[in-house]
Amino acid sequence: MVMMMLKGNEATAYAAKVAKVQVIPAYPITPSTLFPEKVSELIANGEMKAEFIPVESEHSALSAAIGAAATGARTMTATASQGLALMHEVLFIASGMRLPIVMAIGNRALSAPVNIWAEQQDTIAQRDSGWLQFYAENNQEALDLTLIAFRVAEDERVLLPAMMGMDAFVLTHTMEPVDVPDDKLVEKFLGPPKPKYPILDPTKPATFGAFVFPEHYMEFRYSQFVAMEHSKKVIDEAFNEFKELFGREYKKVTGFMNEDAEILLVTMGSMTGTAREAVRKLREKGEKVGLIKLTVFRPFPKEELIEITKNAKIIAVVDRNISVGFAGAIFTELAASYNNIKEKPKIIDFILGLGGRDIRLEDYYEIYNKAKESLNKEVKEINWINVDEEAVYEVEGPL
Amino acid sequence: MKITRGVVITEPGSTALEETGSWRTFRPEIRYEKCIRCMICWNYCPEPAIEKKPGENYPVANPKLIKMEVPVINYKYCKGCGICVNECPTKAIDFVREEK
Repeated sequence: MVMMMLKGNEATAYAAKVAKVQVIPAYPITPSTLFPEKVSELIANGEMKAEFIPVESEHSALSAAIGAAATGARTMTATASQGLALMHEVLFIASGMRLPIVMAIGNRALSAPVNIWAEQQDTIAQRDSGWLQFYAENNQEALDLTLIAFRVAEDERVLLPAMMGMDAFVLTHTMEPVDVPDDKLVEKFLGPPKPKYPILDPTKPATFGAFVFPEHYMEFRYSQFVAMEHSKKVIDEAFNEFKELFGREYKKVTGFMNEDAEILLVTMGSMTGTAREAVRKLREKGEKVGLIKLTVFRPFPKEELIEITKNAKIIAVVDRNISVGFAGAIFTELAASYNNIKEKPKIIDFILGLGGRDIRLEDYYEIYNKAKESLNKEVKEINWINVDEEAVYEVEGPL
Repeated sequence: MKITRGVVITEPGSTALEETGSWRTFRPEIRYEKCIRCMICWNYCPEPAIEKKPGENYPVANPKLIKMEVPVINYKYCKGCGICVNECPTKAIDFVREEK
C-alpha cells in the first residue's frame, strides 16, 4: 500500500490501475474530466497497461465499453450529469447484455439551468437502468467502492454493470490522503480479469444483443431482477472479504450513534461527514439523535434499513435529489420498504444541497428541530431546507 | 423455454423458433378448386410462409394441372399480411378473420 494525496477522480483512476482495467473508453465532462486525464497520464507514463479509447460522446463511450466488455476485457469509464443522461439508452443495453462494466460518476446537477456542482439527481434518474449503485462518502471510499463494484459486477451470480457515485467537487476535486492498495492484493480480491460469460470471439461466432419477441422478453427482465436480488448477498461477501484483505469496513447501511436514537438522519454520499458532526454536537446537548449512512442504493438495502431504523420514532431522510411531482428518492424507497410493516416510524423528507448548495451544520440542526417538532404536531412530509421560498412565491404564487 | 444470460445466442437458426403465425388477425385460405397452381402467391410471400408441395392429392381447377405442385400455407409462420390474397389472379385465396 501507498498513501497518496488524491482527488476523487484520481482515486478512481488509481482504482482502475490497481484493478488492472484493460479498456477505458471515456469522454470528458465536468466534474469527471480528471478521470480520463489521469488514466491517460498513467498509460502514457507506462505505469498502467490499458487501451484508452477517445470517443466523440458519452453515448459512444458506453457503446465502446459494451464492445470491450463483450470481448471479456475488464472495462471502466467515467462520466457525470448530462453525460450520464446521454448514456441513458445505452445503460439499459449494458445491463441487459449482462456486461460487468464499472463507471465512476461525479454526481452533478442536471440542466437547466446549467450547473456543474454536486447533486445526486444524475444517478438517481438512472436507478431503473439495471446498474448497481454505490455512493462514496470520501475519496478513500471512492477508490475502495470502485474495487468492490468490480468484484460484485463480475461475480457469476450477478453479472450486472455498476456505477460508483461521488459528489461533484466536494470529492471529485478535493485532495485527501488515500491508501492505494497493492496490485497483488487487489488481484487476490478481484481475481484476474477473466470473463465468466460467453464473449465476442471470431472463432466462436455468436449473436449479442439479439431481437426478442414478447414470448421471451419478460424472462430476460426477470433474470435481471433475480440477479440483482442475488447481488445483495454477493455485496455482503465482497464487503467482508475487503475488510479481511484491506482492513476497511463497509456496509450497505452504516449506523452512527443510532443505538438508542429517537430521531435518525438518513444520508448518502459526502453530506454524511457534516451530518456525523451535527449528530455528535446534538448528542453533547443530550439529544437522542443518530445517523444512518447509505452506501448502496441499488440493490436498495430494504431489509438492513428496516432493521436499523425500526426502533426510531422519526426518520429524517436527507435527499440531495428530487423527483418533481413526488419526493426525494431515498424517502420514496424507504417509505415503500415500510409499506407492509404495521409498526413504523414516521418518515419525513428533507430536500437540500441541490446544485452544489453547501450542506451546513445549521441545515442539519434545522432538520433535527423540524423532525423533533413532528413528535407533537403535524409537519410537512416534504421539506425544502435552505431555500428562498419568498423568491419562488414571487413567480409561482403560494404552494 | 430455454434462455441464456444477456441474450447471447451461440447456435444459428434461432429465428425459426419464433412462430410469427401468432401475429395473424386474418388468415389466408386457398380454395384449391379455383387455384391454377401459377405460384404467384409463393413468389410474393415475404415470409416465406408458402411452401410447394406435390399436388396429386389436392382438388384441381383443371385436370391437366394435376401433376403440378401446389402452394401450401405454413400457418406457423404466416403473419396474415394478405399479399397473396391481393396477388392471386383467380381470386382463389379467401381472407378470413381468425377466431377462436
